Amino acid sequence: MRTILFLIRKEFLQIFRNKFISKAIFGVPIIQMLILVPAITFEIKDVRLAIIDKDMTPESRGLISKLEGSTFFRVSYSTFSESDANDMLHRNKCNIILNIPSGFGKDITTGNQGKLSAVVNAINSSTAQLSWAYLNGVIGDYNMDQIRKNISYSQITVMPQIQITNRYWYNETLNYKYYMLPGILVILVTAIGFLLAGLNMVREKEVGTIEQINVTPVRKFHFIIAKMVPFLIIGLIDLALGLVIGKLAFNIPFEGSIMLMFFAASIFLVAVLGLALFVSTFSATQQQYMFVAFFCMIIFILMSGIFTPYDSMPMWAQDFNLINPVAYLMRINRMVMLKGSTISDISRELYSLTVLAICFSMFAIRRYRKIA
Amino acid sequence: MKDTVISVHNLVKKFGSFVANDSLNFEVYSGEIFGFLGANGAGKTTAIRILSGLSKPTSGEVNVAGYDAYRQPEQIKMNIGYMCQKFSLYEDLTVKENIILYGGIYGMSKSLIKERLAELLAKLRFQEYENRMISDLPLGLRQKLAFSVAVLHDPKIVFLDEPTGGVDPITRRQFWEMIYETAERGITVFVTTHYMDEAEYCDRISIMNEGKIVALDTPGNLKKQYNAESVEEVFIKIARPVKN
Repeated sequence: MRTILFLIRKEFLQIFRNKFISKAIFGVPIIQMLILVPAITFEIKDVRLAIIDKDMTPESRGLISKLEGSTFFRVSYSTFSESDANDMLHRNKCNIILNIPSGFGKDITTGNQGKLSAVVNAINSSTAQLSWAYLNGVIGDYNMDQIRKNISYSQITVMPQIQITNRYWYNETLNYKYYMLPGILVILVTAIGFLLAGLNMVREKEVGTIEQINVTPVRKFHFIIAKMVPFLIIGLIDLALGLVIGKLAFNIPFEGSIMLMFFAASIFLVAVLGLALFVSTFSATQQQYMFVAFFCMIIFILMSGIFTPYDSMPMWAQDFNLINPVAYLMRINRMVMLKGSTISDISRELYSLTVLAICFSMFAIRRYRKIA
Repeated sequence: MKDTVISVHNLVKKFGSFVANDSLNFEVYSGEIFGFLGANGAGKTTAIRILSGLSKPTSGEVNVAGYDAYRQPEQIKMNIGYMCQKFSLYEDLTVKENIILYGGIYGMSKSLIKERLAELLAKLRFQEYENRMISDLPLGLRQKLAFSVAVLHDPKIVFLDEPTGGVDPITRRQFWEMIYETAERGITVFVTTHYMDEAEYCDRISIMNEGKIVALDTPGNLKKQYNAESVEEVFIKIARPVKN
C-alpha cells in the first residue's frame, strides 16, 4: 500500500512537470465543451427551398409566404425553370425543390385536388425525412386554412377532428444541447482515460525507465494501480470542469445526483484505464499505441449511441455494446442528468461497468510482464 | 570455503534459433568484484538480465542470492541492485525524488530514506544537485547516481551493466572507488565492461565469446596462463584466437 503511494506521487510529479500535458488537462475540456456542444446538432432549421411557382396565383403565393413564415424554411431561390432548380440542388444551393404547377390555385378554389411535387436532397437520409415531414406539416396547415376558407363555418364544427396535445418529457424544449452535452462529457472522460495513461506507460518502455522498475520487487498490481489513480483523478476533475462549463455556458439542467454520476464515472474510468494499460502492454512505441487507441476509441464512441439512437442499432451491434464501457456511461450520464435517474434505475449499467472494470484491470495486470 | 551468492549451471538462453547464452557455468562468491567481459554481442547483457530476474532462462540452473531464477524472480529482485546499460532513472524527476521513489519501492522507512539521501549527497558532493532535474546532470554524475540508487537498499549483489560506458577517465576512476567501497560493505559486485584496465581491478573475471564463457579466473592467473602482460592481451588472444 505504501509503495503505491510512492508510485502515485511520482506519477503526479511527472504529469505536472510536463508543461504541455499539465496545461492540456485543463485546456482540452474547456475547448471541447465550448466547441462541440453548440456545434453538434441535429436540429433542423433554415432548410433552403427552391420554388418553381408556375401558378403565380394568390393561392400559390399564400403557400410560399406560409413556408417562409415557418422557422424551418427559407426560400433561397425562385424560378420558373425545373432545370434551373435541379441545378441549384446539384450545386447544394438548396435542400428541397417545391414545384407548384400552374392551375394549382384554380384547382383548390374550385374544389378539385391541388397537386404539388417536391424533390428532397437525401444525401443525409434522416435530415431528408425530417425536412420532408416539416414541409408536409406546413402544407397540411395551409390545406386546413383553405378548407376553412372554402367551407362555411357551420359545416366545419361538425367535421370530426382529433386534437393531440403532446409534451416532450425530459427535454421539454427539445434543446439539442441538453442531449449532446452529457455525451460530450463522456467523450472527454474517455479521451483522458484512454490516451494519457496508455501513452504514459508506453513512454516508460520507450525511454527504458520501466527496466529499472521491473528489476525492483514492486508488485505488478501496485504499479498498474499507481498508473491508474492519477488519471482517474484527472478524469474526474475534467468531468467536474465540463459540468461547470455546461452550467455556466449552456445552463444545462441536472436532474439527478451529481455524486451518482461521479460514482459511475469512476467505475467507467477504471474500466477504460484498465483497457488502455492492457493495450499498452502490446505496444512498443507511442506511435503504435496511438494507432490502436484511436481505433478503439472511435469504435467505442460511435457505437455508444452518442449520435445515433441506441435502440435502432442492429442486434449484433447492441451485443457488441455489452463490452463497450462508453455505451454504458453514455446512457448513465443522459439518464442521470436529464431524467434524474437514481442508482436503482441505472443498476444494470453500473453492474456491467463494474464487471468490465474488473476484467480489463485484471487483463492489464496479467499482461504486464516484469520478466521478458 | 567462500559463500556462493550466484551459481549458474548449464545456463542456456535462446531467442528463436539464436543462442545468446550457450551453457554458461560459473559461481560468484560473496563480497567479490566479479568482472564479466566480452565483445559486443557476446551475450553479457542477456546473462545479466537473467541473473537479475528480468528475463527467463531457456534451460539450466540459476541461483541468485539463494533464490531460484525460475520460481523466485521477485525474491531475487528484493536482494539485488541493478544498473542498466541504458540510463533508466526518471529524467523528469529530481535527484531527491528518484531516491525517495526507489527507497519507497524497496520498502525502506522514511527516516532511513532521509538518512541515505543525506549520506549519498554528502559522499557524491551532490548537495547542490539535490533538487536538480536528472536531465540537467552531466553523464558522469548520472552514472554515479544510478549506481547509488542500485545499492540504496543494501542488496546482497549489485549488477552493473557497462556502468562506465562513455564516461571520462576521472569519473571512471571515482566510479571504481565507489565500487570498491561497495564491495567493502559486503555487497557482491557483478560488473560488465569493455575497458580492460577496469578488468584489472576485479577479483575474478570471466571472458565471454559468442555466447560461451571461454576463460574464468583471477586477472593474475589469466595473464600467467595466456602468457600476457595485461588483461587486454588476454582478451585479444581469446576473442581473436590466432589460427595455426
